[in-house]
Amino acid sequence: MGILDSISHVHTASSHRPWPRAVVTEAGWQAAIDRLVEGRLTLLGFWGEPTAVHMAMLDGGSAEIAVVTYACTAGTFPSVASRHPPALRLERTIHDLFGLVPAAADDLRPWLDHGAWGKSYPLSDRNASRDVRPYQFLPAEGEALHQVAVGPVHAGIIEPGHFRFTANGEHVVRLEQWLGYTHKGIEQLMQGASLEAAAKLANRISGDSAVAYAFAFASAVEAALQIEAPRQATLLRALMAELERLANHLGDIGAICNDASFALMHAQTGILRERCLRAANVAFGHRLMMDVIVPGGVARDIAPDGVAALRALLAELRKVFPRLIELYDNTASLQDRTVTTGIVKAEYVRQFGAGGYVGRASGRNFDARRAMAYPPYDALSFEVPVLEAGDVNARVWIRIREVEQSAGLIEQILDQLGPGGFETALPAGTGHGACEGMALIEAFRGDVLVWLRLDGELRGERCHLRDASWFQWPLLETAIEGNIIADFPLCNKSFNCSYSGADL
Amino acid sequence: MRKTLLESLTHGSLTEPAPAPDEAALSELAAKVDRAAQARLGRSLAIREVDAGSCNGCELEIHALSNAFYDIERFGLRFVASPRHADVLLVTGPVTKNMRQALERTYNATPDPKWVVAVGGCAIDGGIFRGSYACVGGVSEAIPVDLHIKGCPPSPTDLLKGLLALLEHVGCKR
Repeated sequence: MGILDSISHVHTASSHRPWPRAVVTEAGWQAAIDRLVEGRLTLLGFWGEPTAVHMAMLDGGSAEIAVVTYACTAGTFPSVASRHPPALRLERTIHDLFGLVPAAADDLRPWLDHGAWGKSYPLSDRNASRDVRPYQFLPAEGEALHQVAVGPVHAGIIEPGHFRFTANGEHVVRLEQWLGYTHKGIEQLMQGASLEAAAKLANRISGDSAVAYAFAFASAVEAALQIEAPRQATLLRALMAELERLANHLGDIGAICNDASFALMHAQTGILRERCLRAANVAFGHRLMMDVIVPGGVARDIAPDGVAALRALLAELRKVFPRLIELYDNTASLQDRTVTTGIVKAEYVRQFGAGGYVGRASGRNFDARRAMAYPPYDALSFEVPVLEAGDVNARVWIRIREVEQSAGLIEQILDQLGPGGFETALPAGTGHGACEGMALIEAFRGDVLVWLRLDGELRGERCHLRDASWFQWPLLETAIEGNIIADFPLCNKSFNCSYSGADL
Repeated sequence: MRKTLLESLTHGSLTEPAPAPDEAALSELAAKVDRAAQARLGRSLAIREVDAGSCNGCELEIHALSNAFYDIERFGLRFVASPRHADVLLVTGPVTKNMRQALERTYNATPDPKWVVAVGGCAIDGGIFRGSYACVGGVSEAIPVDLHIKGCPPSPTDLLKGLLALLEHVGCKR
């Protein structure tokens, strides 16, 4: 039985691919929320348009996906967040950008709108003004509690965001995040953009996931247009995606150790990360591999000496990395900081549908590469590591295992690469008006969702990109509870959520 | 660990020879840097990085400056935690409107003499985010900029060339 079978709807959109989208009645909308609350479905995405809201949902068991759409005829929709907390920030964002009002919402504080844009509801046609007052943090009261405000400009070289700690001595009793500082208005820039311009923007949603976003964007366009990238292109896409995963995991494993004052690991993994980026530069002409994946395929084939560069990288990795794992495993001062620190409960991970190493370190066995089995992963062999402990240490170990898996995947792909076309020509137009496409791609920090609607001339009509961080940031707030403020950098780094990817 | 440490003693250094300072950067600086101030700093600069809304690509490459290949500290360049300790603000991003005030405050918190280096295509003129309702569009729209380092993102070598030009300019006037 499909997801939509038990949700009463008005009609199913015919041009939505590869998963169905249905316009639901109010009862259908509530039924969809019921499934989320019961835990039978997982919220995958929640986004707005000037007169409608959409929810993407995943059936974890069957890996089936469906989108439900509620037409906001009166400018309102029944609040999802009041019954299903993972929707909260997304719902506040919908209100900020479109002015649609979630009826019976408990929390309508602005999320992205800091009152600095010079207008309200920038993605809607409404000209209404909004009174954005000084941000009210949630209260935490009690004797001996004090607040520590951190950011948006941090002490390290990281993205801007604000953290409000309420502490009892050194112990954190509440952490509240306030993000939105890197909001660049990307979804509006996507509107009316050519595929080329939109793909460039997609590459720059979150610089550390440039490949994953380009991959997801291209896949969504291809789904909408019902075309397929050539085999060689899908292999190269996965090659870049694994290289990106490798580079990020290596950088982060070292950075986590560095936050526990273990600089040797940082230095060693920093060398390996740099070698990854250099190999990527040889193979694809850009260290972060931006603008290589395009709708229809890849912009260029791997450079002639790229294969040798990547094989040399793997050889180096195989030589050095096992020693670093041993070093991590045998350093008691490190274990002392990472074991039992920043535990994320399995029930939260399930409820929030947290992806990537955050989910997999707390027992959520989901990886879009395996669940969606998109090419070329359907024909590659790899394992998805899962642990139960949910602490910083478990997140480090998931990353360690994923480094090994990525190395194996890169090797398999290199063996399969051959001559062959790497780009499918795009049609001049859709031929029959607007069409809609969707993709779910596994970035290094979890699944990235791209949903888009193209007009008849292949220009972006509406594009929504959802980072894995949306469902991980709130869990960081839970992970820090009961820990000391000094362990926050460790917890935070072990999540390494994206600011830019979530602020858009 | 012992083996790794010992090996790093016997193996040659990974650190690359210093690139020449960027010529374009030198000429941009020649027009802007206050000579009297340069004498006081010598060949050492403390850098505070400010992400004013970048995609994080520039930050990844700025991080790379500290790895064994580039080893930025050998030039007397180091990253510091507070603008109060900084000579240089290294600013990335198209300056989102939500970050503008924080950037201005960071600038005001940095003691004189100070320099602002705008890093990456967005920091120059907003780049692909130019024209957005949410972006100011270039660091110089918010605070005075002394040097631009181009690239999306600039490679660590490009960053190093620009920063060495700054250092050269500051140091040679002693």
